[in-house]
Amino acid sequence: MSLYVDIEKDFGSFRLSTRFEAGEEIMGILGASGCGKSMTLRCIAGVVKPDRGKIRLDGITWFDSEKGIDLTPQKRRAGLLFQNYALFPNMTVEKNLMAGLKAVEKDRKKARAAVAEMMERFYLTGLEKHRPSQLSGGQQQRVALARILLTKPRLLMLDEPFSALDGYLRWKLEMELMDILREFSGTTLFVSHSRDEIYRICDSVCVMDKGRSAPVAPVKAMFEEPKTVAACMLSGCKNYSAAQPDPGKRGREQETAWVRAIDWGVSLECGQRVPEDISCIGVRSHYIHLISGEIPADAQNVMECRIRRIVEDVFNMVVMVSSINAQSDSHNVWLRLEMPKEQWKAYEEQESAKVGDKIMVRIHPKDILLLKS
Amino acid sequence: MDWYPLYNSLRIALISSVIVFFTGIFAAYYIARLNRVVKGILDVILTLPMVLPPTVVGYFLLLLLGARRPVGMWFQEQFGIKLVMTWYSGIFASAVVAFPLMYRTARGAFESFDETLAYSGQTLGLSNTYIFWRIRMPACRQGILAGAVLSFARALGEYGATSMLAGYTPGKTATISTTVYQLWRTDNEALAFQWVVINVMISAVVLLTVNMLERKNRKEGR
Repeated sequence: MSLYVDIEKDFGSFRLSTRFEAGEEIMGILGASGCGKSMTLRCIAGVVKPDRGKIRLDGITWFDSEKGIDLTPQKRRAGLLFQNYALFPNMTVEKNLMAGLKAVEKDRKKARAAVAEMMERFYLTGLEKHRPSQLSGGQQQRVALARILLTKPRLLMLDEPFSALDGYLRWKLEMELMDILREFSGTTLFVSHSRDEIYRICDSVCVMDKGRSAPVAPVKAMFEEPKTVAACMLSGCKNYSAAQPDPGKRGREQETAWVRAIDWGVSLECGQRVPEDISCIGVRSHYIHLISGEIPADAQNVMECRIRRIVEDVFNMVVMVSSINAQSDSHNVWLRLEMPKEQWKAYEEQESAKVGDKIMVRIHPKDILLLKS
Repeated sequence: MDWYPLYNSLRIALISSVIVFFTGIFAAYYIARLNRVVKGILDVILTLPMVLPPTVVGYFLLLLLGARRPVGMWFQEQFGIKLVMTWYSGIFASAVVAFPLMYRTARGAFESFDETLAYSGQTLGLSNTYIFWRIRMPACRQGILAGAVLSFARALGEYGATSMLAGYTPGKTATISTTVYQLWRTDNEALAFQWVVINVMISAVVLLTVNMLERKNRKEGR
């Protein structure tokens, strides 16, 4: 069971170039809106034709521009759940499900039984005669999923399945979807712009940026050690500085390596050899720590900063600071610190810190992410 | 009173709106898929009959279908029938004039159709024919219905091109509109008024039907 995709399509102002392979797993495709995620799914399903490339599922070629193979979407029958669910508005729930089954089950009696069974499994019993517009968002999603699963696809593709819903319902549906996905044996592609969803649901992830896909990585590795700026941004990291290996400090100590954070005007120890081709470093907001009182003797990467803004979030405090040594005073090179409210309260009282004051912060070497552009 | 104009008008309008219904829908569907330049050119050509004076349309039709003109002569030779100055000449005139109404409203309806419905149908394995008739058409029925009724009403009221192509022969090519003009011209105002009333009534019934159908659709859609 595996899906192989290597396609290119030119849209004039935008160029799609995706390449990945997925096994019997849930693979996430993570990217900002408009990066070509949905288009990739449509190319795989066969409703949009790529300019060049290959698509194969389980050894069967669906598309091969060199050999002139291009199976119709009807022949591929990939299970594609659209963002808006795409239920047929003129048909009842039951008819919607029957329509999907039409192509695989000719025996009407068997089809009816299968539909009834699926309706029960998806908690839809009693809604047979309802029209899609009479259903809630969650019910619509269940109908759409049931309609797809009735056709027994070997590939399931979910395009931002929760984007049409909000808050509480989103979470509830995610739980339901997880149960369904666990029972599905085959490849699942899960497209989302939410790193949290991807992290919770997927096994591996492929990051897309401006139409290009990055190499597939296990989901945990992608979040803990992102390799590129785009992946790092999508993983939720908020502090970046242009950077280069620091040759001045490299010779001095053998086992550690240093990096020059150009925007912040400091050199930082990063606990590992710095590759030559890095262009940027990232540090997560939670990993920049305030130092109160004396600076400990063993403290590494201490930076002197000035408080620029203090913002109260729902559960956290966000403190924006700028490095004293920074070359520019632009917002872009400010650092963002995030901490629980009580922690900030304690610090504030002890140091009587306010906007404009100088403070000391430290970053643990292992928390510095070395990134390629 | 001679009821022939009513009968003739209705059959001309019905037949031409059936022709226009299918040709308009298929033109709208396929032209939407063409590239921009070709689409733009075809669009202008197909919409012209709507904005040209009907007499100009009639002139063009005569150039094509007239007894000594290419198409007209071909039909005369092959089937021994003439295309002008007969009752069915009105069909050609009405169809050409009503076509843009059907074409444009159907195109508008198709353009607002959510293409993901067709896509999901395809990925579910449904044939393109099924998707067209059972998903696309029902979703666009409001616009298509409106187009059909408008083109019927337009075909019923056609005068200019019809009078050039079919002329006015009582009991042969007379329609309501040509009859009204003829009666007025010959100072038969009372009879002309009767036909005017009949025409207004038919048109009002047609429009009422559309409104009722639309309300019913809207209720079903909820």
